[in-house]
Amino acid sequence: MNNLKKSIRPGQLREFVLVFLILLMMFLFSTQIENYFSPRFFNRISTSVAIIAVVAIGQTLVVLTRNIDLSVGSIVGFSAYFVGQQLVQDNGLSPATVVLMAVALGALMGGINGLLVSFGGVPSIIVTLGTLAIYRTILVEISNAETVLTANLPEWLLDLPRSNIFSIGDLDFRLMVGVALLAVVVFALILRYTSYGRRLYAIGSNPEAAKNAGFPSRTIVFTAFILSGALAGLAGFMFLARFGNITVVAGLGIELESVAAVVVGGINTNGGTGTIPGALLGAILINILEQSLIRWLSISEFWRDFLLGFLILLAVAADSVIMSRIRNLWAQNGAHSKLGRTGTEGKDTHVS
Amino acid sequence: MFHKLRQRLLSWEGFLLAALLVIIVFNSSMSPAYLRIGNWINLFELSIEKIIVALAMTFIIINAEIDLSVASVMGLAAGVLAWLHQAGVPFPLAIILALASGAVSGAFNGFWISFVGIPSLVVTLATLIMFRGGARILMEDQSISGFPDWFNALGQQSLVGPIPFGLILFLLLVVIVIVVLQYSGFGRHIYVIGNSSDVARYSGIKVRRIKMVLFTMSGFVAALAGVLFAARLGAVRGDSALGFELDIITMVLLGGVSIFGGSGSIYGVLLSILIVLNLRNGMSLVNLTGHLQTGVIGLLLILSVLLPNVANYLRERLDRRRFAQ
Repeated sequence: MNNLKKSIRPGQLREFVLVFLILLMMFLFSTQIENYFSPRFFNRISTSVAIIAVVAIGQTLVVLTRNIDLSVGSIVGFSAYFVGQQLVQDNGLSPATVVLMAVALGALMGGINGLLVSFGGVPSIIVTLGTLAIYRTILVEISNAETVLTANLPEWLLDLPRSNIFSIGDLDFRLMVGVALLAVVVFALILRYTSYGRRLYAIGSNPEAAKNAGFPSRTIVFTAFILSGALAGLAGFMFLARFGNITVVAGLGIELESVAAVVVGGINTNGGTGTIPGALLGAILINILEQSLIRWLSISEFWRDFLLGFLILLAVAADSVIMSRIRNLWAQNGAHSKLGRTGTEGKDTHVS
Repeated sequence: MFHKLRQRLLSWEGFLLAALLVIIVFNSSMSPAYLRIGNWINLFELSIEKIIVALAMTFIIINAEIDLSVASVMGLAAGVLAWLHQAGVPFPLAIILALASGAVSGAFNGFWISFVGIPSLVVTLATLIMFRGGARILMEDQSISGFPDWFNALGQQSLVGPIPFGLILFLLLVVIVIVVLQYSGFGRHIYVIGNSSDVARYSGIKVRRIKMVLFTMSGFVAALAGVLFAARLGAVRGDSALGFELDIITMVLLGGVSIFGGSGSIYGVLLSILIVLNLRNGMSLVNLTGHLQTGVIGLLLILSVLLPNVANYLRERLDRRRFAQ
């Protein structure tokens, strides 16, 4: 028992709690909604989670360094529209070119954010609040109020959202979901095992110390924004594949959803704590909540946003209250058994 | 020569004043009607709700917090007003309840921030969604109008001479804000908390209570602006005032208030309000409309922090070179 207590870190406990919450929620909804666990529902949720999860990964990288990227919604919309327009003009573009174009475009926009934040010394909330408006404005200007229509897109792109890696009965495991899961695994490994990943945590938990330790902090924050932009670009491509019809308001509000996923997933906005699987779980929780509320016939659709906002708040509050207790307890236990110190150290860790 | 330039750059308000003068000169060269008093009143009137909320936001940001939910509170209060009106509640009572809904929303934010200890960015992001949801619940997808004539007149016609009610309210609030922020103990406490909330707590300032008061006030002022918005437009929808927070926060930050709290003055914010209003007017004069204006405001927001940083950097390099010689 004692060993078990030591081997489970508070961060992991949090992920168990999230899984439990997701299961509990699904159980509650399944008692309210007839035929809740239908394959169609699974497929719809998994596709929409895939898009948000990809954006949330990038958001996690940025938030870990004690920054925030509010421009991702505009980047998703911009790359979805721009790439869609290129495809409309030239149906023969290869899939690889198109994906690369979306990712590069996102990386470019993320790079501008990163440049301003790490080398211009402008706080990230100001930069990305500004570029949220600027990128959207550029999109509106270049679009001439035209819409990308499904009818003008090539066949392979329209088939993409329905193409499966494998399926069990009616449960389809979609290609786009596979891409998102791959991204989750790759970035989770990077954060856990590479020096780059550890440095993201270090910069977020104490920027001064990271600088004194000789980390190239600026470059690392810069690359975090580039990656966030690139992932948002990839999500933009997925968005295009999923919806086909792209207007200039595409992706509006995704920045809020990604921040919500990250925050519910336990990534601290003060930087330094949180994991990619946590962000994925946060994205799943929010999406299930959203889609279930849409299907729940006894409430009107207008209640959705209200409940969503409130539940996000509750999830964060529960986390903040419960986890700080647990973390304290854990730190005290650890300190007693290992060093014989009092628990005062543990208390410092959660002061925000 | 350099010394003088340095002094100028050191004062952000000086820079803002210079920028404002350039915009005014440019605008008046574009159109003779620009400098007329009627145009200036109209200028204020078109953004009156935003600039009123910007005053409350100044307190919040100096206190090292942020309130992203203001536009949603504006929408919610307008929604409450319209919904109660449609339900047959006497109009003055509907106004009072709408204002109360704003104060309650603000207190709701304040509770999670000061007593549960969640960062205001997270809380107000969630309530941005939630309060907007509240407005949508009340309004569904309809547009409610048909308010009493005196109410519409309050928003659309002038009250004293050429000056409309909204502008009088704004000027009144400006006086209150200047007194509270620059000359009262409460105002000093806000700065101290913004600099370091720990230091403030150790020196006996009731940090939680002050944060609670500030967020409640922010909600109340946002509701006031929301009601004004309903009066000016004569109609309310679920998405009234959607996205206003960007403009409001831009006005405050452009005014030299640090996003990290603890510094900035109301005079800077007033100058930046004038800049944003006149810039928008100028852009309309040269036919830059709609969304392009939003983009320019976004650019302005970034430049307002980037330029001083670059100026600082250049100044340091200059100093170092002189020192080396």
